[in-house]
Amino acid sequence: MRKMTYAEGIKEGMSTKMRQNPDVFLFGEDVGKFGGCFGVSAGMFDEFGEMRVRDTPISEGVIIGAAVGSAACGLRPIAELMFVDFLTVGMDQLVNQAAKMRYMFGGKLNLPMVVRLPSGGGVGAAAQHSQSLEAWVAHVPGLKVVYPSNAQDAFGLMLTAIDDDNPVIFLENKVLYSVKSDVEDEVKPIPFGKATITKEGTDVTIVTYGRQVLDSLSAAETLAKDGISAEVIDIRTLFPLDKQTIFKSLEKTHKVVIVSEEAKRGAFTGEIASVIAEECFFECDAPIKRVGALNTPIAFASGLESYILPNAQDIVVAVKSLFN
Amino acid sequence: MMGGSILKISNEQLKDMYLTMLKIRKFETRAMDKFAEGKIPGFVHLYIGEEAVATGACANLRQDDYITSTHRGHGHIIAKGGELNFMMAELFGKETGYCKGKGGSMHIADATKGILGANGIVGAGHNIAVGSGLAIQYKGTDQVCVCFFGDASTNQSTFHEALNLASVWKLPVIFVCENNGYGISVSQARHQAITDVSVRASAYNMPGVTVDGNDVFAVYEAVGEAVSKARKGQGPSLIECKTYRWRGHFEGDPTVYRPAGELEAWIKKDPIPRVEKYFKDNDIMTDEEMKQMNAEFADKSNAPTLESALEDVYSDIVEEGRVR
Repeated sequence: MRKMTYAEGIKEGMSTKMRQNPDVFLFGEDVGKFGGCFGVSAGMFDEFGEMRVRDTPISEGVIIGAAVGSAACGLRPIAELMFVDFLTVGMDQLVNQAAKMRYMFGGKLNLPMVVRLPSGGGVGAAAQHSQSLEAWVAHVPGLKVVYPSNAQDAFGLMLTAIDDDNPVIFLENKVLYSVKSDVEDEVKPIPFGKATITKEGTDVTIVTYGRQVLDSLSAAETLAKDGISAEVIDIRTLFPLDKQTIFKSLEKTHKVVIVSEEAKRGAFTGEIASVIAEECFFECDAPIKRVGALNTPIAFASGLESYILPNAQDIVVAVKSLFN
Repeated sequence: MMGGSILKISNEQLKDMYLTMLKIRKFETRAMDKFAEGKIPGFVHLYIGEEAVATGACANLRQDDYITSTHRGHGHIIAKGGELNFMMAELFGKETGYCKGKGGSMHIADATKGILGANGIVGAGHNIAVGSGLAIQYKGTDQVCVCFFGDASTNQSTFHEALNLASVWKLPVIFVCENNGYGISVSQARHQAITDVSVRASAYNMPGVTVDGNDVFAVYEAVGEAVSKARKGQGPSLIECKTYRWRGHFEGDPTVYRPAGELEAWIKKDPIPRVEKYFKDNDIMTDEEMKQMNAEFADKSNAPTLESALEDVYSDIVEEGRVR
């Protein structure tokens, strides 16, 4: 066992695959000598050289498009956009090209590509550099969507993402980049669609992913003091979604709170709530509750930003509302 | 009467090019008739009048070279070796079609022949072609990618992103603009302030030429020069081919936007009659032989099964069906 930051977990996942397979390479804005805007690819340029860790112009459309084209021609590209917010600029290439080519072409083309998207608020980056847009991509058939919450998962999910023959959206949380956690000496690929129970409990199920796994664990500690035992499920991949782990937990707790950092309106948490309502309603003895950000852009001033974003206390309040 | 130095082209190649042009014209005429008969659903954009461009460009390519195409893609696919039967069956939405009936006219692809797909998004192919060029450069082969697109797509941001990156990375991509004078109903004079698209090449420090797109030899030579540069690692080129589409933007378009006499003037510049004469003089193929080649196969093929709608979204996950 060793300690690694979340950013190092991502880097080690990429580097491991790049050492094994010469078809794997990374490109994006400032990923080269500079090491990436958040330092995720630090050192990779020196290890793999400029053809495999390649700086691009600031051109998000062609960054994703080049991943599509090179994947269609047999490579396994990893494209980094500096912020998920910039996905808007390259959205056609992702939604109309990457997600649909296999289907439109009758299954005759693999597109083994990973698009890395640093996400989330909490760093004072304001409205165009702080969003959580996972619902947009999870909505699109043809894409797989991954959102790790710790270094070990980031490492293991990256190994799986690079080996996948389909476009994988790899969401990374900016606040988590510097958070250290335990990583096994030998990390194995983590299969998609397998949630993990981060903390076992008996009274309420908290379903979450990404940074809110930490907030949920902290909320669970507070709740324990009040005699409420919370189970925390980290779904790890939004699609495929591990419904069974959620349902099994609900059979035990009969209460659920779903948490993400997204603006609550139209959030992916709504999808999870719908799945529970449609397929597991009779296990619930209280309303299905969601916690998210306010339905505003993310403000700059730190007081405003932390008011807008959800925190552990919001989760505690949501859980307690189910017990009144 | 035809430009260029014909002597450089072997007799066998001449025959192939003539055959390709005729094939395209016949295929498109069949598609036009079958659409009128109600056999082809959706939108069909015909290439009649523009045959010399795809033919002259692709005559320079090998099977392992790549092309990206457009919504008006039948001609490119035929010129790159696409199978007429599978194409027509795809237009009919049959399970024997290139894409098992899931793509239709705008999404035909054949990866085994380097055809990276027609495309329903104007300008999307620019970026995919850059990705293809990136893959070629990365693998170090002497393949090339020809990117076909229309005059109106050069106003999309993808055009700028793609030509810039292709030039700065010296990628083996040949950008072939089919300037047919219109973006749907809007004439070139109303959608851009230049008459020659090729002038835009100077913004990317790449060669840019304009040729008569109805002269198959002029196209062949200009693209040939660009292909040989690209194969030697000397980077991309932009070639503009002035041509005209005889039909509307799609079948059913009443073409009210055309000035009187414009179509007639272009029909006089038809690249085909000299071809037909050559065919008859040389007994290469009779009209009757061509006629039997495609629509009958499509007619007799089955529609795809409903279950097949769920397949090919991912390489490994089959989506849930509907109970009715």
